[in-house]
Amino acid sequence: MRTKFEHLQAAHCENGVTTNLLRGAGAQKLTEPLAFGIGSGLFFIYVPFLKINKGPAIAFRTQPGLIFKRTCKALGIPIVRKKFNSKEEAQKVLDECLQAGIPVGCQVGVFYLTYFPKEYRFHFNAHNVIVFGKEDDQYLISDPVMETATSLSSYELERVRFARGALAPKGQLYYPKENRIVTDDQIRNGIKTGIKRNVRDMLYIPGSIAGVSGIRYIAKKIKKWRDKLGPHDAGLYLAQLVRMQEEIGTGGGGFRYIYGAFLQQSYEYHKIDALMEISKSFTKAGDLWRTTAVQAAGIYKGRIGSQQDYNVIHDYLMEIADIEKQAFTALSKIKWAK
Amino acid sequence: MKKEEIPQDPSALNKLTKEVCYAVDQSGKYVTELSTGWEVKANALDVAWEDIEERISKAKQKVLNNEASPILFFIELRLMDIPIVAAYTGFWKWQVKQHLKPSVFKKLSEGKLKRYSEAFNISIEELKTMEVHENQI
Repeated sequence: MRTKFEHLQAAHCENGVTTNLLRGAGAQKLTEPLAFGIGSGLFFIYVPFLKINKGPAIAFRTQPGLIFKRTCKALGIPIVRKKFNSKEEAQKVLDECLQAGIPVGCQVGVFYLTYFPKEYRFHFNAHNVIVFGKEDDQYLISDPVMETATSLSSYELERVRFARGALAPKGQLYYPKENRIVTDDQIRNGIKTGIKRNVRDMLYIPGSIAGVSGIRYIAKKIKKWRDKLGPHDAGLYLAQLVRMQEEIGTGGGGFRYIYGAFLQQSYEYHKIDALMEISKSFTKAGDLWRTTAVQAAGIYKGRIGSQQDYNVIHDYLMEIADIEKQAFTALSKIKWAK
Repeated sequence: MKKEEIPQDPSALNKLTKEVCYAVDQSGKYVTELSTGWEVKANALDVAWEDIEERISKAKQKVLNNEASPILFFIELRLMDIPIVAAYTGFWKWQVKQHLKPSVFKKLSEGKLKRYSEAFNISIEELKTMEVHENQI
């Protein structure tokens, strides 16, 4: 059996799942950048006392699940979301959905995801795919970061749906409860709310480790990494920063570009020139994140590595913080119609 | 980033797919384009894997020196840590720490060894000998 579903590739898994599921449920005009922006996806956080894969815990996007939740809410599409204790029950509910013609979003762990190359298989449990059919024992899988659809056996799917550890998926699945007609007005309002919420998250979040102040915070920390950790471990930390920033499914520099694209697409719904102007600032921020990555690569490849080279990263990051602060401040000052 | 500047470097990702990138075209409009990868991040992944390989071989040596049980080796081989092993096996973290001692490991029941072998996706024999014959995990 095969549900009515169109696979579209995206830069990021949750954006892709959100866009693909909601397009099927009535939001035909939804794009990846719109889903990302309406869901206020842009973020930065560095949690100093937490370690991921023995390196620093850094995220360039909002908490997993929120983009989907917020976008559904903004577009007025009700959602069903379930977790399971029993593997049999998890498969039964999935099969029933497919039988009823509903494509289903599933949270999965990457470590046992057999179609991923070994190099990418870490214990990361917040990946998202859509199951859109079943043929014999093979589930048809739309992994949004891939060019084409793929498949997993029922055993393979069960194993990734019940991966253990941090953010364990517990078989979680989710799908739009019913199709709705999504109006341009809903998208228009969603854009406005999404931007305002993102301004709040980046500029006004309390504490010093998140938002724009989080970028400044890690900049100051990185300056000390060489002395504190030694060149070898400092290089590992920088490599982790770059992977969190640029790697498929996370992409910090990439997220800044998606946000730039979001603001351009927002202009179609709100004829406000500032949106087009501010979009350029996010392009600039994205470019500078990439420049930072090149500098970091110089260090972890061992081409450079003096304290001065770490200071350069600090300076880039401070500049990024300034650009993003100005951009979000400008967004906060937009006079919305009505 | 301009569309023409999207890197097209070889990377491990090529085995699977190309990735979507957002960039601006000549008129400044955002478009998407596929990329095969970027050297800078391919290197970052290489660095991470070099570190993993190093940790695996250190763990193996520790087991051979009788300073740790084979569980340490498999924790590194499977990119896990104690909380992840505890989550997969159902043991408490302090129990896993105990089982890392060779003397405690030697006395583990078949049932407990089985829980580890399932978590690491290996046989009990492989768990004891550290000789893994794997094609698929």
